[in-house]
Amino acid sequence: MNGEVAAITMAARPKVAAAAVKDAAITALVALGLFVPIVGLRTDVSSAGTLYLRERWGDVAILVVLAFAGRLGLLTWRGLRGEAKPATAARTALLARAGTFVAPLLLGLAVVLPFMPGTGRYELDLGILVLTYVMLGWGLNIVVGLAGLLDLGYVAFYAVGAYSYALLATTFGWSFWICLPLAGILAAFWGVLLGFPVLRLRGDYLAIVTLAFGEIIRVVLINWASLTGGPNGITGIPRPSFFGLPFSMSGEPDTFAGFFGIEPSPVHRVIFLYYLILILALLTNWVSIRLRRQPLGRAWEALREDEIACRALGINITNTKLTAFAIGAMFGGFAGAFFATRQGFISPESFTFIESAIILAIVVLGGMGSQIGIAIAALVMIGGFEVFRDLDEWRMLVFGGAMVLIMVVRPRGLVGSRTPTIALGARRAIGAEHVGEGRG
Amino acid sequence: MSAPMLAVDAVSTAYGAVQALRDVSIEVAKGEIVTLVGANGAGKSTLLMTICGDPRARAGRVAFEGRDITALPTHEIMRLGIAQVPEGRRVFPRMSVMENLLMGAQVAGHDPAPLLAQVFALFPRLQERQAQRGGTLSGGEQQMLAIGRALMSRPRLLLLDEPSLGLAPLIVRQIFAAIRDLNEKEGLTVLLVEQNANQALRLAHRGYVLVNGRITLRGTGRELLAMPEVRDAYLGGGH
Repeated sequence: MNGEVAAITMAARPKVAAAAVKDAAITALVALGLFVPIVGLRTDVSSAGTLYLRERWGDVAILVVLAFAGRLGLLTWRGLRGEAKPATAARTALLARAGTFVAPLLLGLAVVLPFMPGTGRYELDLGILVLTYVMLGWGLNIVVGLAGLLDLGYVAFYAVGAYSYALLATTFGWSFWICLPLAGILAAFWGVLLGFPVLRLRGDYLAIVTLAFGEIIRVVLINWASLTGGPNGITGIPRPSFFGLPFSMSGEPDTFAGFFGIEPSPVHRVIFLYYLILILALLTNWVSIRLRRQPLGRAWEALREDEIACRALGINITNTKLTAFAIGAMFGGFAGAFFATRQGFISPESFTFIESAIILAIVVLGGMGSQIGIAIAALVMIGGFEVFRDLDEWRMLVFGGAMVLIMVVRPRGLVGSRTPTIALGARRAIGAEHVGEGRG
Repeated sequence: MSAPMLAVDAVSTAYGAVQALRDVSIEVAKGEIVTLVGANGAGKSTLLMTICGDPRARAGRVAFEGRDITALPTHEIMRLGIAQVPEGRRVFPRMSVMENLLMGAQVAGHDPAPLLAQVFALFPRLQERQAQRGGTLSGGEQQMLAIGRALMSRPRLLLLDEPSLGLAPLIVRQIFAAIRDLNEKEGLTVLLVEQNANQALRLAHRGYVLVNGRITLRGTGRELLAMPEVRDAYLGGGH
């Protein structure tokens, strides 16, 4: 404990200390107001089967004291630390160097994960889940992070991809490798379809329309039962095969295990799926990075900065926006197709607004526009969510608290600096301190 | 005089039901600096934007180098050799000075290196600040950047919308000196929209006075400066 140091500081600055105590008291009061109805009063079923109100004043008291102590501790810590130091150029350079070091490390880890000791079915499934969200984050990043178009309905393209794959594969029996590009193209088509009516919208208005679009797709999927199976979804979606060799337990020569002469195991398919999503995610990343250096990608970033200036420079705003929607949607569609083949079953329940919100949160927490930041954010959000599974209903609280913490400590996202997309000679990272906060 | 570089012929523009320009005709010859002066809301910026096709003219015709551009979309007009420095500068705030300048060169696709050297020679301040973010520059530097960015497409006609807006007099003089330089040394044709009528008319070869969406006066810069109605209305009674 740093109580002694804190006491000295407080003695030196009694006014500051009094203000801190007052602030903490107000926090405690707010906590009291919140926790009395949320925690203090609880309806329970008695042994006789009737509802009764259980009072838990002890718990409320503990929480209020915690809030008071936490606030006081935070203020004391801030007081001791003094004024927040702005990120210096040296720190920015260091972060940039760390970034170039972290990315290959994470990639290497991702590649060898299936063969690391201690990696079982559960770890692989979690890895697949995380990578799916990494891919979705990178896809949405094109629309939100680069082009600055706030899209709250990204899950719609995920759904279009998943249903496209499911319907094509179950109706025509086409293989995954034919359906995957088709699902991406269909999703891109829907991206353009969404893009047209919202060409003139920005910011809040765009967000509302995209939110509605996401809901419309979901509601159509529920109600168009003859095509989509309605709320029951689509079952029996073909599982992926290894370029025509099915993953089967029989060990026949025309199965994966038989062809390569290895012991049949259900893990083979999971490992294959893992590498499949890893490759798809890396493809998304590669395309994003390449495009950022092309005129189109620069136009996206310029569009995010200032639409009127873009027009003045002769940039075609319509095409720039539509391609952002289309390419972002295409990767959402790829991820959707992968989701469908992995699950073998899809229903509209998998494509609710909360999915859009999680993907957007990954992009924002990662630091809009930063590829590595998004990967880390997906790992933290999705992986962290799983790690805290034992906490049951407290999990959401930890999750929410972590998000608030990240936004307090790093308001511009985990990786806030960016490399210029366009340069003569050496590229220099631009410090986060110059990046506007919360501006799309 | 041969055919003008830019000819605006009997153009009318409206925002919805509000008529902003009525029957406006102006001409800009190659190598000229022409200024549009007028009070707030007279339609100066609207005229400049109408030339760029946004908003589109309801009636009349806009021609650039003999070609009718009235119906062309904005981004195509801006690729013909016309560059615009928008009102309020509008630099890309999170991009570095260098990126801002290179964005200006992107669509036209000329080799940026000699153009950069030219812009840096004109505004040495931009060279010093090239790694800094556009949004962190001072107002005057942002104006220099906006002009520099427009020059990166190697335009033949430069449209400037209120370059003196919100700048200190000393900076305004610098900017205007740079415009004169560009005109005299590079032969750049300039159409300048200004509220600062005094300095704009001193700089310009010719000028037009716009009142309530109509051209009321025209003449050389010196003639207009000497006209009593101009002096009274726009120059604060001859200061």
